[in-house]
Amino acid sequence: MTMPIRRIDVDVHPMPTSLKALTPYMDAFWADQVVERGMTTLDSQSWPIGSPKTIRADWRDAKGRGASTVEELQRQCLDPFDVEIAILNPLYGVQLLFNEDMCAAFTRALNDWVRTEWLDRDDRLRASIVLPMHTPEQAVAEIERLAGDRRFVQALALVMGEVPLGRRQWWPVFEACVKHGLTLGIHAGSAYRHPQTSVGWTTWYLEEYAANQQAFQSTLASLVTEGALGKFPSLKVVMLESGVTWLPAFLWRLQKVWKGVRFEVPWVDRLPAEIVRDQVRLSAQPFDAPPDQAKRILDHLRSDEMLLWASDWPHWQFDGDAAIPPGIPESLLPKLLRGNALATYPRLSPQEARKGDAA
Amino acid sequence: MPRIVAGPVAEIPPGGRKLVEAGEGRRIVVFNLDGDFFALSDRCPHQGGSLCRGAQSGHVSSPEPGVYTYERRGEMIRCPWHYWEFDIRTGKSWFDPRRVQVRQFPAHVETGAALIEGPYQAETYPVRVEDAYVVVDA
Repeated sequence: MTMPIRRIDVDVHPMPTSLKALTPYMDAFWADQVVERGMTTLDSQSWPIGSPKTIRADWRDAKGRGASTVEELQRQCLDPFDVEIAILNPLYGVQLLFNEDMCAAFTRALNDWVRTEWLDRDDRLRASIVLPMHTPEQAVAEIERLAGDRRFVQALALVMGEVPLGRRQWWPVFEACVKHGLTLGIHAGSAYRHPQTSVGWTTWYLEEYAANQQAFQSTLASLVTEGALGKFPSLKVVMLESGVTWLPAFLWRLQKVWKGVRFEVPWVDRLPAEIVRDQVRLSAQPFDAPPDQAKRILDHLRSDEMLLWASDWPHWQFDGDAAIPPGIPESLLPKLLRGNALATYPRLSPQEARKGDAA
Repeated sequence: MPRIVAGPVAEIPPGGRKLVEAGEGRRIVVFNLDGDFFALSDRCPHQGGSLCRGAQSGHVSSPEPGVYTYERRGEMIRCPWHYWEFDIRTGKSWFDPRRVQVRQFPAHVETGAALIEGPYQAETYPVRVEDAYVVVDA
């Protein structure tokens, strides 16, 4: 009998029920502003609370909300899925704010809320530093403010921001990530600086959710072609809730065209797919393939080190306890459920994990 | 291995090129890089584009993003179809030099006197003793 694999869940989403949850973590000015301006909540359009996908039906509370307490996470995810470590990726809409001072203040409050209300309450938890993405200076400052707490293992941006993430203006953020042993997490979702698709605004939630895949493609192309991945070869980028199966076909096109016009980007001096295989990881929830095709898609990735397991709690990606996408071969599970995450997150190295156990 | 007279040296000046029929439908393109002659198959190994119709350029590399190191001007040939670039001196592709190469043929200059002593195949030029000719071992 083999030992069960203790899982590392790289994508769970704590959700503040309202801005009131964050005001204790704001300074007096901003705490009062929330009240005086009558601001209630910052639920993002990317995940409408009422949408079935945003919170699985049996994970909703009596008010139809969910994911607002650590007890729910323990009961619905950590315990039933035998999770050893879970990484909290808050998607609360602080990155959507257009006032950059408010954005920075609310983002700090969100990160401190995560630290106090979640990390301090369960040793299994780690978290991303949500980045205020108005300016690189602000993002770096937030990394510097929190990096001393090694339970923060990643810096987090949305896939649809203001400018493509590979652009040189963001490199100080990547430099800070490398310096502190943080991965760069990029999660589905938009800051609504632009339409969610390159052809314009979507009409339906369905379109918008599916459009994240385009944004991941463009972001990945930006990170490769701008030379960001080459400039920071030890940086690991984790694409979260990106879906998986689009990747091989996209890399095929990117690489094929690169062979002809690589003189545009001479710093991309090896095959783009190799760069991506070395430095980019994807959460495997959602996976986006029928079970009988999963193995073929995995073969196309040409790597068994790229996928990281995630429950995506409380998003509704699966029913019951079918948290591993069906069709994934048994032989991949040790890496998918645990090994790949340990290899990806410097702060989840086995030594760090033991430190966490002892804490 | 048939030896082909590609033409008088004067016909392929530095930076120039010439397409040569090598028999059995084979075509070879001869380049002159600063007085050195190089002969490549005119068939791109990708999908068969005619390299003779491609653009010649230099080789750009980069120590880091935003920095362009431009060298060996005119020594790369780009297939006109998909812009794959090949080193005229070696026939090797830039992006996968080990596996993707254009077939290269030895090319050198012979005097007319030596050529007249022959034997050469596909010789279509009235060879003059006092001239120099580019010869390809095809």
